Amino acid sequence: MDVIPLAGETAILIEGLSYSYPDGTEALKGVDLLVKQGESVALMGPNGAGKSTLALHLNGILTGQGRVEIMGIEVNRKNMRRVRDLVGLVFQDPDDQLFSPTVREDVAFGPLNQRLEPDQVEHAVSRALTWVGMEGSGERSPHHMSFGEKKRVSLATVLAMDPEILVLDEPAANLDPRGRRGFLELINILEATKVVVTHDLQMAREVCTRVVVMDGGRIVADGRPETVFADGTLLERHGLV
Amino acid sequence: MKHDFIDRYSRLESPVHALDPRAKIIALFVLIVACVLTPPTEWWPFAIYAALVVIIANASRLPVKYMVTRLLMVLPFVLVVAVFVPFMHKGGPSYDLGLFSVSRDGLLILWNVTIKALISVSCLILLSSTTQFGDLMHGFERLHVPRFFTTVASFMYRYLFVIVDEAERMKRARDSRNFRGRWIWHARVVGYMVASLFLRSQERAERVYQAMTARGFDGTFPRWTEPRMRAADYVFMIIVSLTAVAGRLVVIWT
Repeated sequence: MDVIPLAGETAILIEGLSYSYPDGTEALKGVDLLVKQGESVALMGPNGAGKSTLALHLNGILTGQGRVEIMGIEVNRKNMRRVRDLVGLVFQDPDDQLFSPTVREDVAFGPLNQRLEPDQVEHAVSRALTWVGMEGSGERSPHHMSFGEKKRVSLATVLAMDPEILVLDEPAANLDPRGRRGFLELINILEATKVVVTHDLQMAREVCTRVVVMDGGRIVADGRPETVFADGTLLERHGLV
Repeated sequence: MKHDFIDRYSRLESPVHALDPRAKIIALFVLIVACVLTPPTEWWPFAIYAALVVIIANASRLPVKYMVTRLLMVLPFVLVVAVFVPFMHKGGPSYDLGLFSVSRDGLLILWNVTIKALISVSCLILLSSTTQFGDLMHGFERLHVPRFFTTVASFMYRYLFVIVDEAERMKRARDSRNFRGRWIWHARVVGYMVASLFLRSQERAERVYQAMTARGFDGTFPRWTEPRMRAADYVFMIIVSLTAVAGRLVVIWT
């Protein structure tokens, strides 16, 4: 593992995090991870490695044993609202993310939960939609949209909350090449600290400055993309090629 | 996959579409209640209600064919129940048709059920086809219908076709493996499919909830914009309601 240069303040601090699902599956077995502000981390590994479980811990959807801190704030019941303001989670399937009858309402959902004033909500919604290139689609309903459009709106629903940390689960999955390129460009220009859960080496190279490989609920490698991807045995062993 | 939605024409532009959902809900509700409470022996009131429906439908610029097909989808249910009544009904005057006799009271029941169903259903079609589903739910909310009902309906509207698509994909995967055989085997496979669809929907529900929680959902939906009723909304509401009530009162006066 090579040393990551310190980019700034700590964004995510995880110490000894373990989590078992109610059915007894041990998904995380003592994970330690430190992410600095401004970093863009690819979280990789085979299916069932615990990547998504870890991602769900980052804003307290799941809470396991151990310590998770977001920008110095411990993730616990008391701080949940602040943590969720700081961490935006974009789920893999946009149909899970978009539940409202219209795009506008869905994008407004987060800002409304932040208890913003109506004009601030309006502003946040139009800014987020413009950001993802979906301005003018506010009154459309998600099920009339293409997959790529739904994906963009999903991102907007989270950007509208102005998060410091953006967690994306398989952002490019199921997108056609053009949609994929557009979406990755969009992610690349965002300044937030990013954690990208993916199997896609190419994307990790394009979007991330650091790669963390998980397998069997543990972190097994951590380093710059060029270093990690140069290690053929490692990739082979953890099902990445 | 593309599906027809109940609010398919809700994005047309017409005076009726532009009305506040609350005005439409109240006006058409009054019309339905007046219609249902009218004795079937009176003809005039029904002519008035039907005229109201036709006028609103005309102003809404909904395609006539669409209105008619929608109506025809509901009518069979009514007819199946009511069509035998004239032949089965005992007592009172009847018309002899040789083989069987038709009861006058029975015919009246058939007429009663049919006309009331037609007018009520037309009102609902008008309401749901000229209002976007989300706006309709907001309208109900502002009329103090419990949030629980509107939320359940909104989720159903959003996810019904996601689930239908899922079912269709499963069916295609099944058929492409040359599914056939005896009905008992059929029943079993269909049972498995229903069960797996149920599990998938449940998992999806969980993920949707997680995605909502991740955006700070705490069980309450904060309100946002509250459009006000304009003069035109009040005018529409009052005219339709008054006409419907007047139609009902005609019976009492004469």
